Amino acid sequence: MASETLEVKEIHSTHPEALHDSHEHHGHDSHDDEFELPEVNFIRKYIFSTDHKVIAKQFLITGILMAVVGILLSVLFRIQLAWPEHNMSYLRPLLGNWISDTGQMDPEFYLAMVTMHGTIMVFFVLTAGLSGTFSNFLIPLQLGARDMASGFINMLSYWFFFLSTVIMFASLFISTGPASGGWVIYPPLSALPQAMSGSGLGMTMWLTSMALFIVSSLLGALNYIATVLNMRTKGMSMTRMPLTMWAFFLTAVIGTLSFPVLFSAALLLIFDRSFGTSFYLSDIYIAGKALENSGGSPILFQHLFWFLGHPEVYIVLLPALGMTSEIISTNSRKPIFGYRAMVGSLLGIAFLSFIVWAHHMFVTGMNPFLGTVFMLLTLIIAVPSAVKTFNYLATLWMGNIRFTNAMLFSIGLVSLFITGGVTGIFLGNAALDIPLHDTYFVTAHFHLVMGSASAFGFFAGVYHWFPKMFGRMMNERLGYIHFWMTFAAVYCVFFPMHFMGMAGVPRRYYAASTFDFTQGFTDMNAFITISAMLGFLGQLIFLYNFFYNIFKGKKAPQNPWNSNTLEWTTPVNAGHGNWAGEIPAVYRWPYDYSKPGVNNDYLPQHIPDAAISKWDANPETASLLYDEQGNEIKDTPAAHH
Amino acid sequence: MNSPVMQQEDDLRIHPQKVVLWVGMVSIVMVFAALSSALIVRQGEGNWNFFEMPLAFWITSALVILSSGTMYYALRAAEKKNLSATVTGLWITALLGVAFLAGQFIGWTQLADAGIYFRDNPSNSFLIVLTGLHGLHLLGGLIAVVTVLVKSILLRYKPGEILGLELCSTYWHFMGALWIYLFLFLLYHY
Repeated sequence: MASETLEVKEIHSTHPEALHDSHEHHGHDSHDDEFELPEVNFIRKYIFSTDHKVIAKQFLITGILMAVVGILLSVLFRIQLAWPEHNMSYLRPLLGNWISDTGQMDPEFYLAMVTMHGTIMVFFVLTAGLSGTFSNFLIPLQLGARDMASGFINMLSYWFFFLSTVIMFASLFISTGPASGGWVIYPPLSALPQAMSGSGLGMTMWLTSMALFIVSSLLGALNYIATVLNMRTKGMSMTRMPLTMWAFFLTAVIGTLSFPVLFSAALLLIFDRSFGTSFYLSDIYIAGKALENSGGSPILFQHLFWFLGHPEVYIVLLPALGMTSEIISTNSRKPIFGYRAMVGSLLGIAFLSFIVWAHHMFVTGMNPFLGTVFMLLTLIIAVPSAVKTFNYLATLWMGNIRFTNAMLFSIGLVSLFITGGVTGIFLGNAALDIPLHDTYFVTAHFHLVMGSASAFGFFAGVYHWFPKMFGRMMNERLGYIHFWMTFAAVYCVFFPMHFMGMAGVPRRYYAASTFDFTQGFTDMNAFITISAMLGFLGQLIFLYNFFYNIFKGKKAPQNPWNSNTLEWTTPVNAGHGNWAGEIPAVYRWPYDYSKPGVNNDYLPQHIPDAAISKWDANPETASLLYDEQGNEIKDTPAAHH
Repeated sequence: MNSPVMQQEDDLRIHPQKVVLWVGMVSIVMVFAALSSALIVRQGEGNWNFFEMPLAFWITSALVILSSGTMYYALRAAEKKNLSATVTGLWITALLGVAFLAGQFIGWTQLADAGIYFRDNPSNSFLIVLTGLHGLHLLGGLIAVVTVLVKSILLRYKPGEILGLELCSTYWHFMGALWIYLFLFLLYHY
């Protein structure tokens, strides 16, 4: 513990003197002195790295690979839903014996794929892939810190995640199949290994993987919180932080408060599965035999699960909202509308996320009075959400909009946030939830507002910060094609599901052709599946654009979007420690776009009032620092490339 | 601009490592809060075993309070750069920690002797899970105490460098407080 402490001190170098030290930038700041890293070998640089930027890329690429798996699973079960009785023998090379000799998909494997799709997308892609990537990448860069509070803990966080990913992925290939009880793993299905084939080893692997995942998230969140609270550069007060920082910070706070509860729920489940206790089990007959377990309550699990589960929705969404704020303001060339209201609504959403969980349980036979309380609290979330939407639109209004790829995805997020949010008001009503519960209406709602909106935030973030991550640009034209294919596909897939839901088509059914009342939707199911496949093809374009341009893309300028935040003051390919010289101090909020009296339509955070005219004449010198009197700080080396 | 204010803000910042510990303790609190509320909900559904807490738990409660005192003594000694007193304080704390864990185990055997078995009823299971989980967390604290103790004996710290001990002591007091909370909670609910 103590040796770790030293490292932290070294990195924490917002030493006030350093800013006025003009002859030797590592001279008398002993902290900076020790920061100079020895030559590191390949393994320490790219694999077991403690550099937050490398760790962010590790999260990003792992997340992308898991997204491919997760989306592919959805395409596979969509094929089953669209054409339930056709001969699927052509999938045997991929799915093996899960496709029967007559070409039918094994119904239990269908459930397994739905379960794994949910688990992978929610946790591995949109939690770790999104928040893990961008929190790691942006927190130190935008706050002006050399690294996270603890680079070592940060590295552990990734490797726990990696291990968790490997176990979850491996569970797809075991002969009894992966966990199949839904991503919410409700007992008794998940608690009794004999309940279904996926409840055996598959479920054990699911729990092991998630335990590691929880450890990873907590280690990550600890670091994010400590870094935001402690390691902001000089002048970076909480209210001068970019909204991305607020979003990541609150996401980490929500994670620290909610993931431990999932841990508790899983712990009791593990006891029920392996040690014969009855926390969640009572009065169960399997194959005509009564089990010994008695006295437990499966509803108890739901309470514990959703106490995590609902905040988890915001763990997924808040980072996307934060990045959208940043990207929309930058590309509208306008200050964000209502900064404090944006922070306030993030705080409001974060707080409310903890007291609405039982709206997932309206149909568990809960006391109607209690249901009303949760309904009221749930509907209140519409208020901060509407504030955010309004502020996005007001920021866009009359802006000099630059339709970059990132901007398109951000605007797309706002669109999805509205479309999906409105149906949240339907589902939040206890009375309306009774007919809509467990139908495709719910699937449509959360895929739009949480799944797709967050995925759009993820894409926006990748397109916007790709130049900072890899020092190269992505291909804009391919980005446009990717955006329009994705945007159209998302609406074509999820919008029709509302109507299916209102007609009562249940979720999780293996085939919609079995019942009269669902047969009318056979063609619609085919339409949805074809849209999903086209959407999947669109993602292949993204994959090409992403991986190809890491190596072959056009070299990026230092500040490609003329943005105000600190990450663009670092060299194009910044090394560990981020700034070659001193860390810039901050003299203004991050949204001084189109400021009256300034020729350029942006004014970075690190420019003091006294230096505005100097900077204005020559804005390309993004890494040139000024002191408060407006004098250049000489020793700061210019951008490396 | 307003540098004096900024300067002051810098001084007010807590050491990042301490923030990490505090946030970590918050997440531990959430684990136990979840289990406590689960216990309350479950008890409300009836079919609950009521029984006396074993004698051993009373004794371990006293031990854990005592160990907080010795930990405090060790930290104060370290602040005064009195190494030998620090080492003594840490030794006693570590021994009390071991005694606490042994006592908890004896408590479980006393329960079993009284016919209260882990698997019989969720009320019994809850008791074992709560106390066991606390024991594991305290074991983590004990490892930290021993680490600081060994490093102090081997003179691995510079004089006045007490961050490791501070962190360790914060966590140790937290574990003590958590046990006292749990014990009162269990007394009330069984």
